[in-house]
Amino acid sequence: MTEEAAITRRVSRGPWATAMHRLARDRAGMAALVMFAIILALCLLAPVYAAWAGVNPFTSTLGATIVLDGNTVPVMEQSTEGLGLGYNPIGPTWELGNYFLGADNQGRDVMARLLYGGLTSLLIAGAATILTLSLATIVGLVAGYFGGLTDIILARILDVLWAFPVYLLAISLSIVLIAHGFEIGPITIESGSLWLPIFIIGIVYVPYVARPIRGQVLSLRESEFVLAAIGLGVPSHRILLRDILPNVSTTLIVFVPLMMALNMLTESALSFLSIGVQPPDASWGTIIQDGQGLLYSRPWVALAPGIAIVLCVLALNVLGDGLRDALDPRSKIRLGGG
Amino acid sequence: MKKWLLAGAAAALFSLGAVAPASAEYMKEHRGGTMRILAHQAGGTIDPHINYTLQYWQIYQSVYDGLVNFQKADGADGFTKVPDIAEAFPEPTNDGKTYVFKIRKGIMFSNGKEVGVKDVVASLQRIFKVSSPTAGGFYSVIVGADKCLKEPKTCTLEGGVVGDEAAGTVTINLTRPDAEIFDKLALPHAVILPADSPTEDVGSNPLPGTGAYMISAYDPNKGLTMVRNPHFKVWSEQAQPDGYPDVVNYDFGLTEEAEVTAIQNGEADWTLDEIPADRLAEIGTKNKDQVHITPLTAWWYAPMNTRLAPFDNVKVRQAVNFAIDRNALVNIFGGPVLAQPVCQVLPPGFPGHVDYCPYSKDPGAKWSAPDMEKAKQLVEESGTKGQKVTIVPDDRAVSKAVGVYLQSVLTELGYVADVKPISTNIQFTYIQNTNNKVQISVSQWYQDYPAASDFLNILFGCASFTEGSDSSINISGFCDKDIDAKMQAALALGVTDQEGANKMWAEIDKAVTDNAAAAALFTPKHLDFVSKRLGNFQFNYQYYWMVTQSWVQ
Repeated sequence: MTEEAAITRRVSRGPWATAMHRLARDRAGMAALVMFAIILALCLLAPVYAAWAGVNPFTSTLGATIVLDGNTVPVMEQSTEGLGLGYNPIGPTWELGNYFLGADNQGRDVMARLLYGGLTSLLIAGAATILTLSLATIVGLVAGYFGGLTDIILARILDVLWAFPVYLLAISLSIVLIAHGFEIGPITIESGSLWLPIFIIGIVYVPYVARPIRGQVLSLRESEFVLAAIGLGVPSHRILLRDILPNVSTTLIVFVPLMMALNMLTESALSFLSIGVQPPDASWGTIIQDGQGLLYSRPWVALAPGIAIVLCVLALNVLGDGLRDALDPRSKIRLGGG
Repeated sequence: MKKWLLAGAAAALFSLGAVAPASAEYMKEHRGGTMRILAHQAGGTIDPHINYTLQYWQIYQSVYDGLVNFQKADGADGFTKVPDIAEAFPEPTNDGKTYVFKIRKGIMFSNGKEVGVKDVVASLQRIFKVSSPTAGGFYSVIVGADKCLKEPKTCTLEGGVVGDEAAGTVTINLTRPDAEIFDKLALPHAVILPADSPTEDVGSNPLPGTGAYMISAYDPNKGLTMVRNPHFKVWSEQAQPDGYPDVVNYDFGLTEEAEVTAIQNGEADWTLDEIPADRLAEIGTKNKDQVHITPLTAWWYAPMNTRLAPFDNVKVRQAVNFAIDRNALVNIFGGPVLAQPVCQVLPPGFPGHVDYCPYSKDPGAKWSAPDMEKAKQLVEESGTKGQKVTIVPDDRAVSKAVGVYLQSVLTELGYVADVKPISTNIQFTYIQNTNNKVQISVSQWYQDYPAASDFLNILFGCASFTEGSDSSINISGFCDKDIDAKMQAALALGVTDQEGANKMWAEIDKAVTDNAAAAALFTPKHLDFVSKRLGNFQFNYQYYWMVTQSWVQ
């Protein structure tokens, strides 16, 4: 068989299959995916772990005792040396189901809270990512496609929003909303609800995604297939959904893990500052804050969620890079703020 | 007074006694040097008529003087009042409504001018002109105060404060007898300042005083410096003794952790801030000789809004009191060495205090254990089970931990409870304002001066409640006409019979406790961590550690 014949017989892969094939060959990307999947699976098992360990990670158990090496010991230990100052939670026992990572200052099992906290952090990061991408896509498509006054107005709104330092804006919104909740028309979010950090984080990053989407749409708007569709009288909404959106979808997919990582860091920062997830709920940020006061005596309370955040964000960033390389090797999208 | 304010107990119980041992021998040996003390942040305006923080009230003790003062003495002797700018305590006349103070001669301000009658009159007027936070609460009893409160800028206290330059006297006329007038005049809000002092908040520009030291520099972002007042001469060792260090540098900005390390390393001599929980065991063993622990007449409590469901039902409030494990809260605060559980309003050792605890497994004098069974029964009887309750602590570690613990208790009692920690900067005013509809919060009260009324009347008197105000210190909104009438009667009786009044206050304490307007949690103790070189540590129950009575060389 000649070489030419072989080429004509090869069945070409579709763009998605090609991308997945590229991703599968990216060892770092796959390792990140596996790591993220393991973290997610462990967090999803939080209720199972708590039930197995027989602990309630949201209730104070200051007077509780556990059996350790055959001895019954209190979860909170009174210092007996010197002046007898201080009352410390038990440290890591390294026995799964038995205060593996020790207790926090309310006598709660840190391991169980770590898993529940991860679940909350991932939930907020995921939901905020969906919110950000949805709003950014709408704004980017409309601004880029319609241009003119619509573009000027939307682009300037994005500029104004992006002119605020992200964390400063998020902290300001949180301080205002955490106390009284949020109410606009039929939409009511009570203070303390997880929807508040989701809403806040989701909003502050809209310009970060919308601006590159708008740029892409501006370019696509002038492409021949779009001009042809306009010339044929295809309605705008149909051009946006059928012709333009599919062409920006790879960019959106690349943004998913990157935004997840960014949102997770923002959530942790807000919760650490007491303006994100509210007690007794747990997130990795709140657990770090709980551990801050125990840094000298029980460092694992803060270290464990810190390590979890590092691993998770690392995995998501590497996965994001892998996806970008797989879906659009020529893309210039990089994480780093706008 | 709110947290970081003052501690106390019974002035009447304590006699004149130990005076700071600023003896000539000690002075010769230890006088001089520079002391470095630390605080995470500044305490706000430096104006003594406005500032209402322990942080600066403590500093003012060696900078300013009032007509009378609390004695600069160790322990409970610090509650004893002594004449200061005034030569002596005047005898009340006009049925206890008039006091004539004779002003000492020869006392100099740090600007070199001598204190005169006009300075005293102007200073008392200035309390109102600068709208001192206690102008209405403490000094409204002075004749003319009503008008001054309405029109502060033109305040003259006409008929209320009368100076006589020739006789060197100042007469204070009251609208009614006030057993606590000397306590109030001894507070920093009534210190004597030069007559030409600005009649507005001076912010970060220190005003001249008459004490052994003067504030030479103040930058809220960096620190405060005190140096010796070049015009100071001792006129009363009890009221204003000389100090040991030549200079006191008060530096702001370090974290609490860094402050502890600085003291351990000998780079600083003391910190205002609470020692972080994770450093307590360490300093209690490695640095135990540098630790001083002193009981306070203060109160950690959880005010319950008696005007909002479910706490408008007394059974619910009592249930919360029965359900709380006060030992658990003591442990959150640092263990039994640093706090003790209480059930009632008046702290141990305070005038009118008689041990009383109806909210215990074994009701009696002292708290022993929670009674969750009784608590749940009361909640059932109230028919409020399942209602939503939000607890509002501030966002400091201990307060938030107490809030989280209370959330667990309320959940166990059958409520849908959540916690909403609020920034410490705003929590205290937030929980006072009825517009915020706070159901239950976590708060603290530290005495202004040693009198039962400073707890009971201030925190639970009808006059202390104002709808929709950030200054409604009766956070529970508790107002029982009968109890309030008894408070007014006890205040009146105190003018002539303090012992009889204290017995009345004990009964009032029981009545307020039975009505459970708040859940009493514990009485804290104060921990001072000092450098190895710091000597002659003395803790005055009224104003805490006497900074300049310690030496550093």
